[in-house]
Amino acid sequence: MTADFTETPRVIERPTWSTKETSEGAQELSFRDETDSAELGREVGAVLRLEDGKVLDPAQIDFDRPDDETMIINMGPQHPSTHGVLRLMLELDGEVVLRTKPIIGYLHTGMEKTGEELTYVQGATNVTRMDYMSPFHTETVFSLATEALLGIEIPDRAVWIRTLMLELNRLSSHLLWMATNGMDLGSTSMMIYGFREREMVMSFFEKTTGLRFNNNFVRPGGVAADLPDGWEDDVAVICDTVLARSFEYDDLLTGQPIFRERTEGVGGLTAEEALALSVTGPLLRSTGVPWDLRRTMPYLAYGELDFDVIVGTYGDNFDRYALRLAEIRESIRMIRQIIEKMPSGDYRIQDPKVTPPPRGRIDASMEALIHHFKIFTEGFKVPEGEVYAAIESPRGELGCYMVSDGSSKPFRMHIRGPSFVNLQVLPLLLRGGLLSDAVACISSVDPVMGEVDR
Amino acid sequence: MGLEDLPHNFLTGRVEDLVKWARRSSVWPVTFGLACCAIEMMAAGAADYDLSRFGMEVFRNSPRQADLMIVAGRVSQKMAPVLRQVYDQMMEPKWVISMGVCASSGGMFNNYAIVQGVDQIIPVDVYVPGCPPSPETLMHAILTLHEQIRTGEITKRRAEGRPLEIDAAASPWVPGKPQAVQIGTPR
Amino acid sequence: MTEISLGALSGVPTAAGVGVDQIAFPDRSSYVATIAGLKDAAFEMVTDLCCVDYLGHPGRTLPDGVTAERFEVVVNLLSLSAKRRVRVRVQVPEGDAVVDSLFSLYPGTEAMEREAFDMFGVRFDGHPDLTRILMPEEWEGHPLRKDYGTGRVPIQFKEAPGPR
Repeated sequence: MTADFTETPRVIERPTWSTKETSEGAQELSFRDETDSAELGREVGAVLRLEDGKVLDPAQIDFDRPDDETMIINMGPQHPSTHGVLRLMLELDGEVVLRTKPIIGYLHTGMEKTGEELTYVQGATNVTRMDYMSPFHTETVFSLATEALLGIEIPDRAVWIRTLMLELNRLSSHLLWMATNGMDLGSTSMMIYGFREREMVMSFFEKTTGLRFNNNFVRPGGVAADLPDGWEDDVAVICDTVLARSFEYDDLLTGQPIFRERTEGVGGLTAEEALALSVTGPLLRSTGVPWDLRRTMPYLAYGELDFDVIVGTYGDNFDRYALRLAEIRESIRMIRQIIEKMPSGDYRIQDPKVTPPPRGRIDASMEALIHHFKIFTEGFKVPEGEVYAAIESPRGELGCYMVSDGSSKPFRMHIRGPSFVNLQVLPLLLRGGLLSDAVACISSVDPVMGEVDR
Repeated sequence: MGLEDLPHNFLTGRVEDLVKWARRSSVWPVTFGLACCAIEMMAAGAADYDLSRFGMEVFRNSPRQADLMIVAGRVSQKMAPVLRQVYDQMMEPKWVISMGVCASSGGMFNNYAIVQGVDQIIPVDVYVPGCPPSPETLMHAILTLHEQIRTGEITKRRAEGRPLEIDAAASPWVPGKPQAVQIGTPR
Repeated sequence: MTEISLGALSGVPTAAGVGVDQIAFPDRSSYVATIAGLKDAAFEMVTDLCCVDYLGHPGRTLPDGVTAERFEVVVNLLSLSAKRRVRVRVQVPEGDAVVDSLFSLYPGTEAMEREAFDMFGVRFDGHPDLTRILMPEEWEGHPLRKDYGTGRVPIQFKEAPGPR
């Protein structure tokens, strides 16, 4: 498998490319005799960087298994428990999963192309619709990349408002995950409870930003509006209620024998495999790697907050459940500190190049009106350059690679979706497991298809 | 009419009204969540908004058992054939709610990847505005649909939901090139 | 925190960047060898691999000795043990848009390389399953190329008065 890179000069034998590789059915799982060994190994969950035997004994891959002994079934894209329009093709032997291939792209929205047509002011509207479970994170990473290119520093209060919104959003995203994970494992009550608590966070978002999600609240240069009066009380109520109810989840799920039977030891992952597959976020931490960008490469106000990075031990579905539940509590701990430490000041940078004039001045001054108009039609110019910004979203490292050509629109805006990369772990998690556990494994990866397909 | 002599323990009415009442009170949606709107659709079915007040909490996973398709989210070119197939698998009578601006008109994503309005593929009864529509908006749409069922006809089959006949010779489909498309339910 | 040496980048043109330790510009023949060197220098993970089409860009800043080409494959590497990031940018000419795949070094680049192929038509030699990942299989063209139109459809309103 490993090529010899030492010989120079190399003569690369290039195949004559045809459209064959994109012909009908090319993305789907094909029969064993039509699949080459590297691809077959990938589909059965071998991590090819690691030595043989460490992750999968090559003897276990049965290359010559006749296809009439197994069955290839299709799951999705319209399926109740695939968390969106994910499509999986599974090769089954009875109820045991032998090979898996995720097929994605059913929600491809062309956001990276649209992003090249929108100015930096409008760009946050576009990216917020990628990860619809944690829209503030995509907005923030876009804004951080833009601000890095501009070379501006935003005021303290804007930084802390962003941090508050990110943590509240992590709370709502994990609560929604608790709900859907419960649903996938047959616990309908958990579904109801998760949504019940999430609605509290949603109403606070609606009060602050005007929308429940897809907020377009975090923008280059700060945030769109200041927090509403009495926000401390609203947030304190959310913290108290969710924290109290997170112990009810413990009663409902954590100690429950059926839940433990279905999650413990299912979908195991080791740290080496996770690193090789570029897995980040709760999946990586569940294997015991304490990698959380909030701690290891602090951004915004995370350097001044006191919190723990939660890690798992076995990397199985139960670890990932327990880790997310503990992260809910850590988020609450952080939000309480943010309430105490929230500085006063401006919620956006007072740089006439980036910031539109306040509403009051538009009525009085013609120059302010023109300035306002120009910022929202032409946008502001961003110096030529390229930058990669990354933050820790509830699903892992959310990155934004932005190339500017000096105009008011990004030349290239690429979002590194954590679930897009994390989905590659599915063949590994599902191998050898039962079909009914496959649903639990998909859920524990927590893919958001809007971010996978973009 | 002679009804005065009858005992007062029954009502009279038309069969049509009875059928409409029954249909209206138990519209079962198929789970067709695509994007952001799907989360709001789930929220509408969950604790705070509780769709079961309208007899609609039974989200069927099989299109054969469903009456209503709530297209919740943007429909990509790759998803469009799947959407049409699921719609074709549903039994008559069936209704469609196009939830959110992306499903209704493509919304802000006017580009190569998104179908500019789900009504190019299937006929739509109610369009829901918003990005995403809040659960209240979805409920308003559902009540509007109930009203349509109550006042509509029961025997008339709906117009065949074929996509519009686009003259391929006049406007050949070139990916990435603008193409004239009519927005609206096929008539 | 362990100190790591970026000795693997010796002989490769480099530049400084914002939020990244170094940006390396190897040519195509030394691309995989550079990445292999970085992997040995404790860069455990490729966090991101994407492609940029520089058609129509007024001109970018490149270090001496690097010839600008139309496409650029950008690889972001992360070292968890040293908490450092390195970016590798390799120029890919339009006429022969092929680079070697990183799959054997970093299996996690599989989906990212497929996406770059789907969106830009840059091929990755040695990739196990180079097919379209986001677009339908029969799709023509590579949407994120600069010479590919956005596909904006003019809105026509139903029952709007026509031209007279």
